[in-house]
Amino acid sequence: MGVYTIRRLIWVPLTAILVSMLIFLTVRFIPGNIIDTMESQIAQFSSGPLPPRLALEHALGLDVPFYVQYARWIGSIVLHGSLGTSLISGSDITPRVLAALPVTLELSILAIIVGILISIPIGVYAALRQDTITDYIGRSIAIVLISVPSFWIGVMIMIYPSIWWHWSPSVELIPFIKDPLRNLGMFIIPSVVLGTALAGSTMRMTRTMMLEVLRQDYIRTAWAKGLTERLVVVRHALKNSLIPVVTVIGMQIPFLIGGAVIIEQIFVLPGIGTLILQALSQRDYPMVEGVSLVVSTFVIFVNLFVDLTYGLLDPRIHYQ
Amino acid sequence: MIENMNPKAEAIAPNEPVGEKRQSYWHDLFTRLLREKPLGTFGLFVVILLFLTGIFANFIAPFRLNAVHLADRLSPPSLKYLLGTDQLGTDVLSQIIYGARISMIIGVVGTLLSKLISTTIGVTSGFFGGKFDMIVQRFVDAFMAVPQLLVLMIIMSLIGNGLFQIIVVLGITTGISSSRVIRSAVIAIKSNTYVQAADAIGCGSIRAMIRHILPNIMATIIIDATIIMGVIILQEASLSFLGYGVPPDVPSWGSMLSLEGEKYMQQAPALALWPGFALSIVVYGINMFGDALRDLLDPRLRGGIGQYALNDKKLKKLKESIKIHQSAP
Repeated sequence: MGVYTIRRLIWVPLTAILVSMLIFLTVRFIPGNIIDTMESQIAQFSSGPLPPRLALEHALGLDVPFYVQYARWIGSIVLHGSLGTSLISGSDITPRVLAALPVTLELSILAIIVGILISIPIGVYAALRQDTITDYIGRSIAIVLISVPSFWIGVMIMIYPSIWWHWSPSVELIPFIKDPLRNLGMFIIPSVVLGTALAGSTMRMTRTMMLEVLRQDYIRTAWAKGLTERLVVVRHALKNSLIPVVTVIGMQIPFLIGGAVIIEQIFVLPGIGTLILQALSQRDYPMVEGVSLVVSTFVIFVNLFVDLTYGLLDPRIHYQ
Repeated sequence: MIENMNPKAEAIAPNEPVGEKRQSYWHDLFTRLLREKPLGTFGLFVVILLFLTGIFANFIAPFRLNAVHLADRLSPPSLKYLLGTDQLGTDVLSQIIYGARISMIIGVVGTLLSKLISTTIGVTSGFFGGKFDMIVQRFVDAFMAVPQLLVLMIIMSLIGNGLFQIIVVLGITTGISSSRVIRSAVIAIKSNTYVQAADAIGCGSIRAMIRHILPNIMATIIIDATIIMGVIILQEASLSFLGYGVPPDVPSWGSMLSLEGEKYMQQAPALALWPGFALSIVVYGINMFGDALRDLLDPRLRGGIGQYALNDKKLKKLKESIKIHQSAP
């Protein structure tokens, strides 16, 4: 366990470096002249005179070889804690990223909670009644949740209630510290929409794992010695089948953030998604690189956390 | 001719059941799908419907592609426009039918590309193992740490919107991220004695991968392909929804839902209702079909004495099976 943890910890910075390289190379080497697009974009978003091409290249750091550019970028992150300078506003992007992060985090955490509350009871119940009508209904709900795109549900929620009851979601962000109740009220609909998208695959995983566990010898023993259904299910089966479900939830974090990008856009929440979409439409590439790196590093740490808790939760697993 | 080569063939033949025609593997699979998997059959029906609509869109759609009727802007559903019209007076039903063609093209071509990439990465990485596998897998790890939608948006914003672009980008990204599944299947197959035997008689790596590994992971590839097709169609719609998918003149279900049209959707909610409905039904159908296919092709998750449903009849069966186990030496 100790050796595994250390090896796993060594992989974290290595993966982070690989990710930073991938992001950097993607933005720099994909066809399309950034300077050309930027010139037209800057003309659109700022009123002043166009900066000369060389100055633009200098601002992007394009006037030096790419490995020097990369070293500068990483250097400024490690040494100064600065993710770079926005091409549009000219100021450090780090505070803006740090301001947007809590919004996305709150949305994601609430969505995970909603997802768990929906998926685990239905998943367990479907497994207990395998191949009955209840099971079919449960599985169908799961697949409906996976299939129906959350952005469609989001758009429908924006449209129909406003037609029927002239209700529309609040647009202004209320900080949690200022008014927790109104803040939660604001986040509840977006996180339910996002959470239902998450619930589908978690529900299927719960069902599959429950079925696998229910086939084990110790469950048969539990039945044979006359335990009640409740005891067998809760104490013997559920506890053991939830371990892989934790992994599945962890694995869904990248998809969750992808979903959050869309949901934030629909419900006008000033999170990471709104930030990166704005940066992309303004061709503000330092911002794009910075946000992607922060999000990916976050995902790497979540994966680490999930991997390590997996070993703690399930003592049968021996890492090599 | 076969009899000449194998004199035993005739001796074996009489043991086969007489009068019952032997079915091919795929024919058998299809019959079992129809018989055992009603939802899977429904899924197959939806997929076939999508393909037919996509191929014959010109003949089915009541209006030409992007036909503008400025006099009938935002009109409610009527006999002329069954699902109403949008802000330019374009018939929503026709656009949805043409959208089926786009989803079909992106789904099929993207999935083929994706499977080509994931199989190449997965088979080589799993077969060679060692350092090569480790290096490849670290790159796959790094790639999967960046949320897919972010990667897709960044790449699409750089190379510009387009049907060809989105197919290539979706094919490559889903290919890389689904190579894991193929790799695990290859590692499981590799430990079989027939692969070792092939190696022992001097069979080359490429031949071993193509002749011995590939046919044995075909089920995994097919099951994964159906999942990937649903994912690709959904991701294309999400990207088009955000404005990073196909160009505006290409009728995509995702771009029909785009937030730019939100103020028109308030006036004509059918604009938002039906494209999303079509998308959901198609993805649901593909998922259901894939699900049924997995059950039929991968028997590990089925059968056994594991069906512990808790009614009396099943409980009795269970107790009997326990008795059988106990009486066994």
